[in-house]
Amino acid sequence: MRSASTRGTDRRPAAARRRTAPLVLALGTALLAAACVPGTDGSAASGAGVPGAAASSVPDPAKAGKATLTVWDQEVRGGQNDELERLNAEFEKKYPNVRIKRVARSFSDLKTTLKLAISGNKPPDVIQANQGYPDMVAFVKAGLLSPLDNYAGIYAWNTRYPATLLNLNRVSVDGRDFGTGRLYGISQTGEYIGVYYNKDVLEKAGVEPPGTWKELTDALPKLKDEDQLPVQFGNLDKYPAIHTFGVLQNQAGGAEETRESVFGRGDGFDTDPTREAARTLAEWKERGFIPKGANGTGYDDAAKKFADGKGAFLITGTWQLPDLKKSMGDSLGFMPPPPAKEGAAPVTTGGQGLAWSVTSKSRHPQVAAAYLDFITNKHAADVMTEEGVLPAVPGKAADEVPEGTVDGQMIDGWRQLNADDGLVPYLDYTTPTFYDSLSADLQGVIDGKTSPDELATAMQRSYSDFQDKQRAEGKKKP
Amino acid sequence: MSTAPTTEGQARPLGAHPEGDGGSDTNRRRGRTMRDIAARYRRQAPGEPRAVGYLYVLPALVLYALFLLVPLGQTVWLSFLHWDGLTVATWAGLDNYQGLLTDPSLRGPFLHALVLLLFYAALPVALGLLLASALSRFRVRGTTFFRTVFFLPQVLAMVVVGVAWRSILAPDGLLNDALKSVGLESLTRSWLGDYTWALPAVGAVGTWVETGLCVVLFLAGTQRIPRELYEAARMDGAGALREFFAVTLPGLRAEIAVALTLTIVAGLRNFDLIYITTSGGPGNATSVPAYEVYHRAFETNEVGSAAAMGVGLTVMIFVLTVGVARLVEGRNR
Repeated sequence: MRSASTRGTDRRPAAARRRTAPLVLALGTALLAAACVPGTDGSAASGAGVPGAAASSVPDPAKAGKATLTVWDQEVRGGQNDELERLNAEFEKKYPNVRIKRVARSFSDLKTTLKLAISGNKPPDVIQANQGYPDMVAFVKAGLLSPLDNYAGIYAWNTRYPATLLNLNRVSVDGRDFGTGRLYGISQTGEYIGVYYNKDVLEKAGVEPPGTWKELTDALPKLKDEDQLPVQFGNLDKYPAIHTFGVLQNQAGGAEETRESVFGRGDGFDTDPTREAARTLAEWKERGFIPKGANGTGYDDAAKKFADGKGAFLITGTWQLPDLKKSMGDSLGFMPPPPAKEGAAPVTTGGQGLAWSVTSKSRHPQVAAAYLDFITNKHAADVMTEEGVLPAVPGKAADEVPEGTVDGQMIDGWRQLNADDGLVPYLDYTTPTFYDSLSADLQGVIDGKTSPDELATAMQRSYSDFQDKQRAEGKKKP
Repeated sequence: MSTAPTTEGQARPLGAHPEGDGGSDTNRRRGRTMRDIAARYRRQAPGEPRAVGYLYVLPALVLYALFLLVPLGQTVWLSFLHWDGLTVATWAGLDNYQGLLTDPSLRGPFLHALVLLLFYAALPVALGLLLASALSRFRVRGTTFFRTVFFLPQVLAMVVVGVAWRSILAPDGLLNDALKSVGLESLTRSWLGDYTWALPAVGAVGTWVETGLCVVLFLAGTQRIPRELYEAARMDGAGALREFFAVTLPGLRAEIAVALTLTIVAGLRNFDLIYITTSGGPGNATSVPAYEVYHRAFETNEVGSAAAMGVGLTVMIFVLTVGVARLVEGRNR
């Protein structure tokens, strides 16, 4: 026993030294092997060099010969998946020479793999890019997406879509600014944050569906007194509060300022509406208008609970409608957040589905453009409506949806929002890290840990830091 | 081939407890082999196929280098760059590492990881020792059954564990229901949404998962301790406690080292559980390095900073496991 231990001690330093030597050597070799600066310089995107940017007449995929179009999308949920499968099949039938190779992944899976896929040598032809700095703007900066302005002219996308929606898919040529510049994608679907309500619960408590925002806020204590949960809400996943907060901020009169600031043209978020919205959110928590354990309840769980009759209102996006309708049937109602005055134009956070973009290395850019047009045209809108999805530009089928049904309410709200320019972009578009800081801070607001002032200051700091950085970068460039 | 017999021959006296310290034994043997080779090179022994040993390890080494060393080198390289994952990277020098030390949002995750180690390593080892010594002392009926039950969490995918516990810890989940049913309503809270309790709650899940591993390891270890030692201890009048500290604990030294190493590594590379249960929230109260690496690399396009964090995590794991090997496994007996 002892001898082993003594031997052990006197051997150690030598052994240790010997063990480090190969390690250092291996590390060195590995470093050398890896030592090259990664990334592309974006030269692939220089305008005229992009095939297809020069197209001047409507592309005819039938003349493209045998072509395989690889499409990466995240439309894996019920109605969206059905709608896209139908359109893909129709496209292949119309152009038998084109085969669509679809790669469908969930949103977060797509987000994590897309970057590698499109920076490779054989990227997919068509992808769904998330709007904002971390994805779409970064892709454009690296020259990985093809500008679509030409096709927008040819296919009249410029008139098909309201400017507000089209702008969300624009990035400046230098890949710095978002919401302005060239068009890098078009969206199939529309979405906005609205108020779902359970007709049965409201009726039990003797509350009418609100026509104004004040009626809604007045209904909350009344519902509470009737032992009903006024607003169902789950924020464990962190992002839902951004939507709720956005709605509250718009109601507090911050819509215009927010819209400017999201695109970097405003004064930021150190504003009264920001504070008031934060105060409201904290107050809702304190007075029990939202569940006590909101920060610990999952978003999907909250939706499920609402569907089970727990909660009179649920403030979330139109994407929940098909699922909620399935389990609640006729007791489900939906509306854009009611305006301050009865019948006035509604304002809410919203936008459109992920942008469908063409990669700059696509071998069939013309076919890809034709595909983009095909899945967003009038016929496609009707297919979407039939599958219960809200098309960005509702078509004929949307007119036939009976009024008063929940789908009708949703389409109606969308039309109103677009007609009155009532859409405010998602707050997290503001800076690359805004999602992180805002979602974390809002959990603090709900907890009572972060005061409205602290929230406003944090948002403002994040905003101005990024704007300073943008300006500094702009100066560096000739 | 000629090296094998010599190594074996020389290793035998060292391997007096081959069942006890298999890991360090191999290391020693390897060191010995290399020294032998070096010595023979010096002597210039004729007719011996000297470098042939390297040929044997070559296939494994190539794989190891390709899938571990090269990526590790790449990570280290990336950590010296500012890179968004797409456009040309720029040299950052030590900026990313400076950030690790100064930026609270980067430092925080490491502190959380250390707190989690209490739950992932310290507590499971302590509980494991307690349960193992109880199970081995009292010859409980159905030991195999208990062993299986304890070990079960290890078999489950962490994602499954995460989903299950997320619903248990939900505001109207099993835990709160249980508390309510025994009249402890005041203790109920939204476990994963509470700034103070989210980290311990996630940690408790880790304890649940890792304890089984420790119990099984220690049970196997106690069976190896000679019965005579216990008998001798009892003859000397040692109580259960004394017996534990004098016989069981020293006897399990090697197992404790293994258990600590495994649980520390599991605790530090904890990603899936956080990803599933809290996404680092509420606020950033439960963000851990592994989650932050993913988050920065894939979601906020800060690849350099993510790589620096990864390197920091690697160093931390390395230091802690080496520390365990030195202090706990140490100079065995």
